[in-house]
Amino acid sequence: MEQAELRAWEHKCIQEETPWCTAACPIHVDAREFCSLMAQRRWDKAWALLARTMPLPGVLARMCGGTCESACIRAQAGGAVGVSRLERFCADNSTHLPPPRPLPSRNKSVAVMGGGMTGLCAAWEMARRGFDVTLLCDAVGVGLRDLPDTVLPAGVLDREIASLRAMGVVIETGVQLSRSLIESLLEEKDAVFIDGNTVSEAGMLGEPDELTLGTRLAGLFASPADNAPPEFQAAAARRAANSVERFTQGVSMVSGRELEGPYQTRLFTSLTTVEPVAPVQGSSGWSEADARDEARRCLQCECMECVNVCEYLKHYKQYPKVYARRIYNNASIVMGTRQANTMINSCMLCGLCQAVCPEDFSMADLCLEARRSMVELGTMPPSTHEFALRDMAFANGDSCALARHAPAEDSSDYLFFPGCQLTASDPDGVHAAYADLRARLGRVGLMLRCCGAPAHWAGRQSLADQSLSILKGEWEQLGSPRIIAACPTCLKTLRQWLPDAEIVSHWSALRAMGLPGGARADGGTLTVGDPCSARHDTMLREDVRTLLDRLGVDTVEPELNGELAQCCGFGGLLAEANPELGQAVAQRRADELTKDFVTYCVMCRDRIARMGKRALHLYDLLYPGDGEPGSRPAPGYSDRRENRTRLCERLLRELWNTDQAEAEPHEAVQVAFTDEAARLMENRRILRSDVQKVLYHATRTGAQFVHDETDRLLASWRPSTVAYWVEYEPQNDGFMVHRAWCHRMRVRGGQS
Amino acid sequence: MSVIRVPEADAAGWRCAACDEPLVMRPVELEYLDALFNVELPTCPQCNRVFISEELALGKMHQVEQLLEDK
Repeated sequence: MEQAELRAWEHKCIQEETPWCTAACPIHVDAREFCSLMAQRRWDKAWALLARTMPLPGVLARMCGGTCESACIRAQAGGAVGVSRLERFCADNSTHLPPPRPLPSRNKSVAVMGGGMTGLCAAWEMARRGFDVTLLCDAVGVGLRDLPDTVLPAGVLDREIASLRAMGVVIETGVQLSRSLIESLLEEKDAVFIDGNTVSEAGMLGEPDELTLGTRLAGLFASPADNAPPEFQAAAARRAANSVERFTQGVSMVSGRELEGPYQTRLFTSLTTVEPVAPVQGSSGWSEADARDEARRCLQCECMECVNVCEYLKHYKQYPKVYARRIYNNASIVMGTRQANTMINSCMLCGLCQAVCPEDFSMADLCLEARRSMVELGTMPPSTHEFALRDMAFANGDSCALARHAPAEDSSDYLFFPGCQLTASDPDGVHAAYADLRARLGRVGLMLRCCGAPAHWAGRQSLADQSLSILKGEWEQLGSPRIIAACPTCLKTLRQWLPDAEIVSHWSALRAMGLPGGARADGGTLTVGDPCSARHDTMLREDVRTLLDRLGVDTVEPELNGELAQCCGFGGLLAEANPELGQAVAQRRADELTKDFVTYCVMCRDRIARMGKRALHLYDLLYPGDGEPGSRPAPGYSDRRENRTRLCERLLRELWNTDQAEAEPHEAVQVAFTDEAARLMENRRILRSDVQKVLYHATRTGAQFVHDETDRLLASWRPSTVAYWVEYEPQNDGFMVHRAWCHRMRVRGGQS
Repeated sequence: MSVIRVPEADAAGWRCAACDEPLVMRPVELEYLDALFNVELPTCPQCNRVFISEELALGKMHQVEQLLEDK
């Protein structure tokens, strides 16, 4: 990723955008944080926050007109937060702070003319930045002296004037402005500022420039005579101080000033779950509890739309802008640990974040690109996707894959593509579905293989392309028939990578053909869960609901469904890269179900079933077996392979009178597992065939360890990259396996 | 290269079945992704077959594998 790309990604995520209140405030007080502190009754902390941003805070906090309140989005849920009243409460109820310590002197002198609000604020802003400030005025505090105590209590103004002096401002009163005075000040000082609201003669200088407050005379700045509310006068003073700083430094007077004064923010905050709460009444005499309650009404605006709906984004505790930076940094590491590898490989690539993001941020695009780049650079951890890619290779191997016309046919009008996972989970359902399609549509060929999605998800595009080109070749050999795909991921993948093919979903086909003969019609009420791969396929989702309706199923829709469907944790190979998080993702989805679950993605079905929920795949109703639908277990990795192989063998034998290729020698090893061993193997991604290979080699070579007390044997074998260890005992004609483990590290010198 | 000792490598009760020998601790070279470690592991003194315990494989060894993969 280039740095410019990172910037573009970061810009897209709006979580760090300024809240509306701060953007609308002419001097950008962090009202969100202020409210947070006030809600915790931390008055002194809240005051320190105001005093950091406000000039003459004792005065301004009491006089602020609350411009931010007109931008507050709480207005749509009970009324804007009364920030100006909170500021006054805070000023009245917190400990007075000493004035800020000015920056070291710049050895630049500025004259400020006019002792009204703008002039005082300008003197404050410039003194704070290290200018030597002389305030020249007729009288100090014009327009502020006569205010009633209820607005500005006695002593407050004098205290802030004392603060100005403490900050080094020299105050000269009784001075009258004249053209010659201005000219001599311009000679004497580095810059001059005139408070246009107080000094009526300022009018003779003409309207100051809106952006810089500059006048026709270089080095002379003035605020407009607009009698603006105090917070705008403070903003004019700050603008003048910025201009004086630029002027005395000799840098551009105009560039990069867009964020001075009120501006628009891009932040988004959803109000869908916000309950309306009315403002606390009254404007004075608030109790501490009143102030706290009013501050609590602040929504603490932020976006977090994607994080709120995604367990993955939540897990890493930040939001996409931060993740983009981490991913960029991860790729930049030359020596050291790449801390973000697991994060990059844990995204489900499901697209839910993009669907809810006001700015279309796609973690999927970001993470997939990062994975591809890691593969290209050779920095992808070898173990992350290896098991899934081996499974893909197995599904495409001789024992599972086939591509044929229907029995006794030499052409195909259609090609049934059930997908390798449906075949792995419900081989009988696939068998029945293929029989049904042949019976009703005639010349329907069959292709059993993987669509290539795992390679695509793993960032191994050349492997995906290679797999796809074989698939394409076989499809063309069969005469490029229309494809009927049952798996929504296959459907999506094939449509993307095989644009020449006409592809329909099995569900569309069934909607047109009518229900198969043996379909059950006792569905009851079920929660219909769309898989993430159907997010952008409205037709597919409608077809499924039509079928469920015809099956007599009353459907309940979960909150996040359809275009906002959640992944089950299989997508993007999350469950391989980060099994615990994969589990949490499936658990969250299962927890949200109010009724038994029905879906049309077999991975969703199996993963929800594993969470202990009754879960059905549509095939369980359309092509039911003998058992209670939904009671079919979610097969483990070894059984999934076995199911594919057995289905392929069965179809070849029954339909095409062909025997499968010879079994490999290790497949003859008879092996049984304790429950504990089966559980360990599933978690550790150890297959029955891996164990059979170990035992086959151990019995041939005699290379084993034996335990003195238990008499159990222990052997190991490394078929390729992983060494497997099996603890077992002989039993009848075979072996009972008690434990199994594996590692990738190799003993040098040949031991497998 | 100094020899690393790991308590997880324990092979109590196990002996080499083929040689009928108790296992002894010997320095063994372990390699993964171009990294090489000299680790003391239970080994058959006769056939040199190395014993890697479940605890070692899933503990320290796994940690090091992950670390090397992220390097």
